Amino acid sequence: MATKPSFSEEIASLLHAAHGNPIKTCIQCGTCSGTCPVARFMDDSPRRVIAMINAGLKDRVLASNTFWYCASCYYCTVRCPRGIDIAGLMYALKRYSIWKKQYKEGLVGPVFSETFVKTILKSGRSYEPVLATSYLFTFGVQEFLQEAQTATSLMLKGRLPVLPPRIKRLENFRRMVRRIIPLGGD
Amino acid sequence: MKTYAYFPGCSLEKMALSYHLSALETTRKLGVELKELEDWNCCGATAYFHVDELLAHTLCARNLAMAEKENLDLVAPCSGCYKNLYFARADLKRDSDLAEHINYALEEDNLQFTGSSEVRHLMEVFVHDVGLEEIKAKVTRPLDGLRVAPYYGCQILRPRKDHEDVEKPRFFENLLSTIGAVPVQFPLKLWCCGGALILTSRKSALSMVRNLLQSAVDSGAAVIATACPLCQVNLECYQKQVNQEFGTELSIPVMYFTQLVGLAFGIPPESLGIGSELVSARPILSYTEK
Repeated sequence: MATKPSFSEEIASLLHAAHGNPIKTCIQCGTCSGTCPVARFMDDSPRRVIAMINAGLKDRVLASNTFWYCASCYYCTVRCPRGIDIAGLMYALKRYSIWKKQYKEGLVGPVFSETFVKTILKSGRSYEPVLATSYLFTFGVQEFLQEAQTATSLMLKGRLPVLPPRIKRLENFRRMVRRIIPLGGD
Repeated sequence: MKTYAYFPGCSLEKMALSYHLSALETTRKLGVELKELEDWNCCGATAYFHVDELLAHTLCARNLAMAEKENLDLVAPCSGCYKNLYFARADLKRDSDLAEHINYALEEDNLQFTGSSEVRHLMEVFVHDVGLEEIKAKVTRPLDGLRVAPYYGCQILRPRKDHEDVEKPRFFENLLSTIGAVPVQFPLKLWCCGGALILTSRKSALSMVRNLLQSAVDSGAAVIATACPLCQVNLECYQKQVNQEFGTELSIPVMYFTQLVGLAFGIPPESLGIGSELVSARPILSYTEK
């Protein structure tokens, strides 16, 4: 009889396209955490997250901000002595948490990523002003004013697009997307 | 004349227009044609891969297949686009099931991925394909004495593509020396600018940007050189916010390597998009007026 996969098996299977070794080969050396430029802002260090996954602490892993604070710099990946693609693992956790709709409250990352995907599916290209709606609401007054000031300066230098860009063969593009996700793409 | 399919990427349309302009101007001088890929789409950045890897690969594959149709190798000036396109190609070449699935979708746009076009970063075209000797031969106004921090950032190097040195690379320094500039010892040259965290986890990204700027200033650089639009925007456009956040008084121009190469080639600053920066690059121009 088939058994339900454990959390660590689920996460390992999400790494199908990653190049590295399985996370269960981790020796907990901490090279990843020592290399990570964002580690001090994370709830749990990358090393700790790997230990938590291997211990099956699913809810605690999903409640952590760690993988949403990963900047995708791949420093951990190139340095891991066991050859684990740790940045790839952070991507897998992001996808898993979006799929399960289970992530720490107040994080901008998941909303931003989903808004980004919708923008691309709509026009084929990225458009900053739409993306801004996903994070500006989380800003306090001071941060909002600072961001508005930066945007205004960029606008004056002609560095912000006024109209959303759009690819030409958009209909083909959307049909292409629907062949990947039959009900998606709109 | 060597011709490449050119994938500018979303940033270069507006935010990093100066990178686009200076890339075209400098390559033209070097006898390289960057032929913009007709109807290219977004590479997926990092955010798309957070949601759906298969679709993200499909986005890259469409661009790759269009370059193949032209029979040209594909060049990306943005390190993020480069990394995505490079690894999408590698993954599809390695995994025939994945390629078959994606090719079924590409049929809708009359395209097919085979893997025949290679992916290059614009920097590779300069230092590898054209070569430093050729570049040196075109220098008419060497940037003598200009101290530059060579900022590699992440995705031009990482993840490791082949067997290149990801811990102590020198190609950026070598390019800067070729145009007469002085590459400084920049301890944080391989560290991350924060990438998209500037939008999603602002405080952590501002702190990362601050460290980089401080390191560049401490190393005696007059300017930071970059090969990625995201790095440029984070390091340049957020300097004011860094100063407000940390009470610092950092002010250092951040320029694309193509802008510095262009100045050394004697190309007028306005043709290189100089003037659209938020931290003025004017002080750098004096080095070409000697």
